Amino acid sequence: MEQTLHEKAKTAKLPNDSRPGIRTNPGSEKQQDGDEAEFRPLIRIEKHSFYYSATAQALVDVDFQIPEKQVTSIIGPSGCGKSTLLRNINRMNDLIDGVWWTGDIRISGQSIFDPHIEVTELRKRIGMVFQKSNPFPKSIYENVVYSLRVTGVKKKSALDEAAETSLRSAAIWEEVKDRLHESALGLSGGQMQRLCIARAIANQPEILLMDEPCSALDPIATAKIEELIHELKKQFTIVIVTHNMQQAARVSDRTAFFYMGRLVEYDETKTIFISPSKKQTEEYVTGRFG
Amino acid sequence: MEQAVPKMKYFGTGNKPTGEPFVWCAAMGLTLGLTLIVSLMGLILVKGVAVFWPDRAVVLELKPGSTARLGGSEYLAGVVTKEQKILRRAKDISGGEDAGRERMEWQLFLGNKDIYGISFKYVDYADISRTAYPEDLIRIERMEYGDAFGFPVYLEIAGEDPIEFSSAAFLPRLHALVRDVSHRWDEIRKIERDEIGAINLKIERLRLRKKKLDRDVAQNADALEEAALKLTDLQNRYNVLAAEATDLRQQQSRDALVYQLATDQKKRLPVGEVVHFYFPNRLNFIDRVGLFFHRLWVFLSETPREANTEGGAFPAIFGTFVMTVLMSVAVMPFGVLAAIYLREYAKQGILVRSVRIAVNNLAGVPSIVFGVFGLGFFVYFVGGSIDRLFYSDALPTPTFGTGGIFWASLTLALLTVPVVIVATEEALASVPRGVREGSLACGASKWQTILNVVLPASAPGILTGLILAMARGASEVAPLMLVGVVKLAPTLPVDGLFPFFHLERKFMHLGFYIYDLGFQSPDSEAAKPMVFAATLLLIALVVVLNLGAVLVRQRLRKKIMAGAF
Repeated sequence: MEQTLHEKAKTAKLPNDSRPGIRTNPGSEKQQDGDEAEFRPLIRIEKHSFYYSATAQALVDVDFQIPEKQVTSIIGPSGCGKSTLLRNINRMNDLIDGVWWTGDIRISGQSIFDPHIEVTELRKRIGMVFQKSNPFPKSIYENVVYSLRVTGVKKKSALDEAAETSLRSAAIWEEVKDRLHESALGLSGGQMQRLCIARAIANQPEILLMDEPCSALDPIATAKIEELIHELKKQFTIVIVTHNMQQAARVSDRTAFFYMGRLVEYDETKTIFISPSKKQTEEYVTGRFG
Repeated sequence: MEQAVPKMKYFGTGNKPTGEPFVWCAAMGLTLGLTLIVSLMGLILVKGVAVFWPDRAVVLELKPGSTARLGGSEYLAGVVTKEQKILRRAKDISGGEDAGRERMEWQLFLGNKDIYGISFKYVDYADISRTAYPEDLIRIERMEYGDAFGFPVYLEIAGEDPIEFSSAAFLPRLHALVRDVSHRWDEIRKIERDEIGAINLKIERLRLRKKKLDRDVAQNADALEEAALKLTDLQNRYNVLAAEATDLRQQQSRDALVYQLATDQKKRLPVGEVVHFYFPNRLNFIDRVGLFFHRLWVFLSETPREANTEGGAFPAIFGTFVMTVLMSVAVMPFGVLAAIYLREYAKQGILVRSVRIAVNNLAGVPSIVFGVFGLGFFVYFVGGSIDRLFYSDALPTPTFGTGGIFWASLTLALLTVPVVIVATEEALASVPRGVREGSLACGASKWQTILNVVLPASAPGILTGLILAMARGASEVAPLMLVGVVKLAPTLPVDGLFPFFHLERKFMHLGFYIYDLGFQSPDSEAAKPMVFAATLLLIALVVVLNLGAVLVRQRLRKKIMAGAF
């Protein structure tokens, strides 16, 4: 089953960026090592500012690009706007009254704020895992196939296959295969979070957003999820927000450091943690503030 | 250390934690409330259950010159229903042989209303010279005039010699006769209510059809002739059945029981009038328990007699049940949809806030106002329109344009809709945001999210709202009096005749039954026990309905936990 998904991911032709020339990151000089994977931007955030209200600006002129099939982590102290940015990528912040924004976010060249696009379609292309695991009060099986059900998939075989594939990809299949039709609320915290990951990838999205996925988990469950992130990046573009700098260092290829709604520095993870170019970044990653 | 010791002591003895008196206040409040509820329930339970308990019957010998004497007789027979202090009047205090002593009196249920004209008599202790509990005293439940107390004398059987009470054949024969009579009543009821009722319904429909056909006689000559034939046929069948019923009724009054009252009058009672009889002073404990359940069952399962003061309350129980269920069916979609819109879709602002306040205050509108609205809107406007559109042939007799169980249910649904809205809103609000976001992030639309995730998760809370609504609706009386409840309904709203659910019919309701018994019956003293019994029954019915909803809620909760959706 795992094979199927891999193959699908391999053969799936992702739309090329309409502006292939753009490869460099404006915030950084030396962003590309020769032996690293090729930098193909999938998500472009362009001069993006976001306001919860007239007095509460959460993001200020954020401008960077997130590469395809890599893990990009966003770090920064509380309230720096990292979760806001993540939730903007799949427009979850639409649910809040009175927000507005300037600038743009483009995925494969397509603006997500385009009034013509269907938000539900956008969200089907982007899976999301939340800080607090949020399984639905349904069976494990129904949780996983939820995104297919709301798309209108009714064929049992298709649903079964998707359920098994994504549960395997989320490394939880072995633990739940005998109780697929029991309540998801009976799982442990770590299992629930992996179930939520399985749910997020069941629809085969391009992008996987993770909002502090391990902050409520114990170290063992955290290690499992991190391992899983390594696996998943072969198929998905992953953006992860985390408080835990070690985690960012462990799992991500690139790291963006945010402070007070601004992007301070964005570079390869190695660079950010070993030789950051900004003093603020250095102070944060070495634990002198934050 | 030296300083710490006195400090410990100080804290240990004197100081109470801040707020302790408020804990006491809270506990007192709860205790007060509980005490009131428990006493009310206890009173209703004790009085309601005692109605069915067969008490011993007493015969009193009265002193000469007693004011309690009936027609100069020195004996009185009956059941003691109350023992109380005599209300002291001015002349009692001024003197008399036992001035200053506590004087007690009995309230005696005499029965034999056909002869005495009264049912109860107060007897001063001082007037009683002797009491006895004779074994031969019989208590007869009759079709009319309530119970009778007396001493059986003989049985008068058509074409046979009378059987004296002293003869061994008396009791078995009486039992057999009463059983026959009871079967015959069942048969009569079956003929008169079911068979003749069905024929009447058919005749009524045919009459309406004829009326329609009559508009164009030339065109419908054949159909008219056919209808006339059918009508004659039905009329003939009716006549046969009616004759059968008359014959059975005559048989009912053929044999008779003759008994003598404690006050010496003799009474001849056709056996057809006897519903049930027993010797209250011959019963042992087990007999009494058996009789208790028999009487309870009669109350639960039979139709009322004697302006509801005798017989059972089945139509009222059934009416209350059907109405409450209909109300629930009507109120749920209304309330839940309204709450979903208010909570999930409407833009939260001053308008929605005012709507919410208005809805909450709707629960405080006097129920009679809902009754008036129901009468004006549902009955006259909607019902009248339905009649004009679909039942114009029956006019001027209204079909839906008069009070009925359907309109009553809708009126009560309106009355209870705020409860459901408030509870549903609470339930929706308590669904965690994370779960909604999870669903939306999966690409579900808002409606899909509500339908698939939010509603199932809030179903238990919504059912709590339904439970509250049912409790409120089932016990409401005032609005029903305007929109379809009656003292005595000849038919049930659901029966075996097509189309089985007769939503336009008037119905009986326990709440109104209680009001009518307690405050509208000619002999309120005689009806009082039934009021308690009916109250107990209404509470029991509400409890049963609520238990049903609680069980459903429990199962839903389990289902959510087990994820079997």
